[in-house]
Amino acid sequence: MRVAKKTDNRPLIELRNVSKRFGALQVLDGVDLSLRRGETTVVIGESGTGKSVLLKHIIGLLRPDSGEIWFDGQRIDTLNEQSLVPIRRRMGFLFQMAALFDSMTVGENVGFPLTEHSGLKPAQIDEIVAEKMKMVGLTGLQDRTPGQISGGQKKRVALARAIALDPEVVFYDEPTTGLDPVRADVINEMILKLKRELQVTGIVVTHDMVSAFKVGDRIVMLNKGRIIADAVPDWFRTCDDPRVRRFVDGRADKEDLRALEVG
Amino acid sequence: MLRRTIDILGDFFVFTGQTFYWMTRGVTHRKNWRLLTPQLYEVGYKSLPVIMITGAFVGMVIAVQAVEQFRAIGMEERMGSIVNLSVVRELGPVLAGIMLAGRIGGALTAELGTMNVTEQIDALRSMGVNPIRYLVAPRVLACFFLTPALTLFADFTGAMGGWFVSVILEGIAPGPYWDYTQQAVTTFDLYSGIIKSFFFGAALGLISCYSGFYCKPGAEGVGRACTAAFVTSFIVILALDFMLAQVLQDIQTAFFGFQSLL
Ligand SMILES: Nc1ncnc2c1ncn2[C@@H]1O[C@H](COP(=O)(O)OP(=O)(O)O)[C@@H](O)[C@H]1O
Ligand SMILES: [Mg+2]
Repeated sequence: MRVAKKTDNRPLIELRNVSKRFGALQVLDGVDLSLRRGETTVVIGESGTGKSVLLKHIIGLLRPDSGEIWFDGQRIDTLNEQSLVPIRRRMGFLFQMAALFDSMTVGENVGFPLTEHSGLKPAQIDEIVAEKMKMVGLTGLQDRTPGQISGGQKKRVALARAIALDPEVVFYDEPTTGLDPVRADVINEMILKLKRELQVTGIVVTHDMVSAFKVGDRIVMLNKGRIIADAVPDWFRTCDDPRVRRFVDGRADKEDLRALEVG
Repeated sequence: MLRRTIDILGDFFVFTGQTFYWMTRGVTHRKNWRLLTPQLYEVGYKSLPVIMITGAFVGMVIAVQAVEQFRAIGMEERMGSIVNLSVVRELGPVLAGIMLAGRIGGALTAELGTMNVTEQIDALRSMGVNPIRYLVAPRVLACFFLTPALTLFADFTGAMGGWFVSVILEGIAPGPYWDYTQQAVTTFDLYSGIIKSFFFGAALGLISCYSGFYCKPGAEGVGRACTAAFVTSFIVILALDFMLAQVLQDIQTAFFGFQSLL
């Protein structure tokens, strides 16, 4: 088992002045962010502000137009796909839409990273798959196809796949969106458990404030491509910045409502 | 507009280069073989009926068109030459290629396009698996090797179709029919049809996979990509056929001299 270096204060992940645009749309506009080992950081913000884009930069699925991304003391935004492989093996990514492979069974999906990277025998892989499926509370569903399970189950299978290689960092892109409150809380507990038991460094993108307060050691708010707030969860309960209040309390302001009248 | 076209062409050539890199690596790595077998089944075995039907109709139609003309000049016994030459050299490979661009190309674009818009391709990359190696190389390889193989089947049923119309329906004597065919259709003609179909297979595989791989978001994006891929494959196959016909004709004339069919 990995030894978590609790004394190590260097950030595990660091974004320095990262900018990204798609055509005319400036999605990230000079983002600075450091993530410490073993902590869970929650990224909140309205839909379409670039939260998923931010995550995809850290795992190298997107490249910044300018700025730098560092992982464990190594600059990674300039690495090619091949050199990113060892880094990506230390990360697990739970995609917003689960992104399970339709052509494989649930069990093959969860075992996929092991089949590709571990060199273990099929029987050993099956054993690990069963263990991960148990962790996400879906024992015995291995032989179903992704089409035969519910949306919430898909997310949990995707989580099992993301943690198949016991990653040090797990990215959760809207893990609770679209789930009922009970199922959502199961996911929250799972995130907490991974942190507690495996010292996983977590980055959770969400607009579910219940989840954000429950799992976050720290919350970062993204707005129009910039970080406008970065603090411990309690600060968000009391802060009086209107943009933060509006989001945290889930209240539409005059401008949002005017659009409604015109529309 | 011009800038965009150049960008797309640039991306396409990079994509092609990477695919060829992984195709050659794939042959030497046993681990990649298991990715190929399902594709061989999908592309090859499942296309066989439709390819054989295409070939048969091509042969029959040419025979129907030719028989009147040959009869008018009293040379219907020589029909086999033109029917079988057309099938083997031109129409078999081209129509098999176009049929496969629809049958296989459409399926490939839809499959990879869906994987793209549902982030399955990103998921592969996030797990340190190169999607060109894992998804594209085996599919293009299957198209590359199986298009010529399927073309042979189209050639065969095409010849049978031509024979059926000429000999069975029109009553032309089978002996001379095959004798003249043998005189006219050389091994080089057969090879040149097959050589072309290697190019057609690579083109339709690459174009279809590329279109799916980079399609726009949503079900709409996938639909558009399928249409665009088919139209592009179709035009490229015809353009390649024109260029290759020219080159192969020159080679044939240089090596074997001019040969009259009649
Ligand atoms: N690959 C891409 N190409 C073009 N635009 C993109 C791409 N990915 C995201 N975008 C755009 O960037 C913006 C932010 O997207 P995203 O990060 O998914 O938002 P969210 O905060 O809801 O996760 C959106 O307007 C989206 O349309
Ligand atoms: Mg998102």
